[in-house]
Amino acid sequence: MNTRPALAQRISVASDRGFKYLMIAPAILILLLVGIFPLVYSLVVSFQNITMTEVDTSFAGALNYVQLFKDSRLWESLLHTALITMVALPLELVFGFLLAQLFLERFPGRQIFVALLVLPTVISPIVAGATWRLMFDVRFGPIGQILSFFAGEPVNILWTVNPSFVYPAIVVCEVWQWTPFMFLLLLAALSNVDQSQLEAAEIDGASYWRVLRQIVIPAITPVIAVAVLIRGLDLVRIFDIIWALTEGGPGSMTETISLYAYVIGFVQFDTSYTAAVAFLVIVILTAIVTIALRRMEMVR
Amino acid sequence: MSFGYSRRRGGGRLLLRYVLASAVTVIFLFPVYWLFMISFKTADEIYHVPPVWYPSQLQLGSYLVLFRDGDVLAILNSFIVAGVSSLLAMIFGTFCAYSLARFRTGGEHLAMWIISQRMIPPIAIVFPIFLIYVHFGWVDTYFGLILLYTAFNLPYVIWMMRGYIADIPLELEESALVDGCTRWQTLWKVVFPMARSGLMATAVFTFVFAWNDFIFALILTRTEVITFPVQLTHYFGGQSNFWSKIAAMSVLGTLPIFVAVTIMQRYLVRGISLGAVKG
Repeated sequence: MNTRPALAQRISVASDRGFKYLMIAPAILILLLVGIFPLVYSLVVSFQNITMTEVDTSFAGALNYVQLFKDSRLWESLLHTALITMVALPLELVFGFLLAQLFLERFPGRQIFVALLVLPTVISPIVAGATWRLMFDVRFGPIGQILSFFAGEPVNILWTVNPSFVYPAIVVCEVWQWTPFMFLLLLAALSNVDQSQLEAAEIDGASYWRVLRQIVIPAITPVIAVAVLIRGLDLVRIFDIIWALTEGGPGSMTETISLYAYVIGFVQFDTSYTAAVAFLVIVILTAIVTIALRRMEMVR
Repeated sequence: MSFGYSRRRGGGRLLLRYVLASAVTVIFLFPVYWLFMISFKTADEIYHVPPVWYPSQLQLGSYLVLFRDGDVLAILNSFIVAGVSSLLAMIFGTFCAYSLARFRTGGEHLAMWIISQRMIPPIAIVFPIFLIYVHFGWVDTYFGLILLYTAFNLPYVIWMMRGYIADIPLELEESALVDGCTRWQTLWKVVFPMARSGLMATAVFTFVFAWNDFIFALILTRTEVITFPVQLTHYFGGQSNFWSKIAAMSVLGTLPIFVAVTIMQRYLVRGISLGAVKG
């Protein structure tokens, strides 16, 4: 630490201008190195024709991008991703809202309940997937046992293999893990709703639904927008839970875009084509984020 | 139900609330309970039909196997990689955040660009990174994984710390400067102590993100620096799964997170909402 005074001296001598750029330099360098450089590199690769067997670095034109449109497995994987997002996201939002309603009013022990409910959200998604794989196991898992109890007859469902049940299994796991996320954010938002407005509405005899629609929902909309954006982006790149539960199976029935990109990149080593797929994903996400941010500005 | 303001509340209402709250908590925590219980069960109890709901005694055999076979090294790797990368991301990120918050370096555009870096899906950048890592021989090294997690967490740290630093009154720094402190001393004596709770909370979440990551570790490790989520997936087999190992490894990989997040409960909402909701 002997060097610090000398270093401090030098920095203080330098103008504020130097200081402020010196401070952002390391972070920006790392981001450029690991964030931007690979993007540029993969853009180059996507216009070449590198596969496992041959390294052809000559300009291949839009070959890989034309391939994108013919690749039905790619579009199916995008469809799977959209399907999971469209089902899981609203469920998380609704369940999160209901939970937030339940815990909004203070009561003794509330903090303990909240602290416990949060736990699924912070565990590793791969652990969440593994946990539900054990839960869903047809012979040794408790889900079948519980369902049998309610059905009154033995229920033997191969949750992670049966085509009719893989999606429900994935959605159950996903919703279980991320409902607490929505719950926490909505609880914070609901706690910040202006109490005087609510009291005034009650004195005026407004119904529950009317208060909800005209006071509460508008007040918490910005938070809902942020929560939906964060979760939506996570869902578009969903990988871990599906890897742990079904590995994309049966066949490629639950293959999402991230899993498909993994397969062509690291199983089939179709290097240039993977780069093109990666770019498609970035374009799609950029579009979603742009639209979402614009809409969020509207609601504000 | 009401929206937070007190209405007539009888004992019946409160009781109903407790019943509902307990039911919901039991449903949400049952999978976690099941995981923990499996890790303490004997093989007979794990593979019992119908399932047994709790082990007859807490036996630690599943954990001993992990220690005996050296599988716990994956936990150690996770600690090293997540710990060092969080530290680096905190150092570089906090300096950058200070510059953004106080000097408006780069304006809103730079800040937006930085947070947009976090929105890039891992699968889109991991592939070119993998090619570069192969070229430099960084695959399956601590350096490679730490560099990646540092970069991956930087946008988060910058974004969060920018918010925490902006919350510190500017007057304190000004008076420190007037009293003859250098810029550097002002940082150490005023800004960092004032932002301590924000620094701690951000560091914990940074650690959790690196700790929980699977996809980067899956692609960029082979045998030497495998982290615990990758190790976990090795226990899944086509025909049979190593249930006791899955459960025990999951518990070992989950306990540090539970402890960290429980300590940081107060900052949880702000931490997971990227600072958008202050809780």
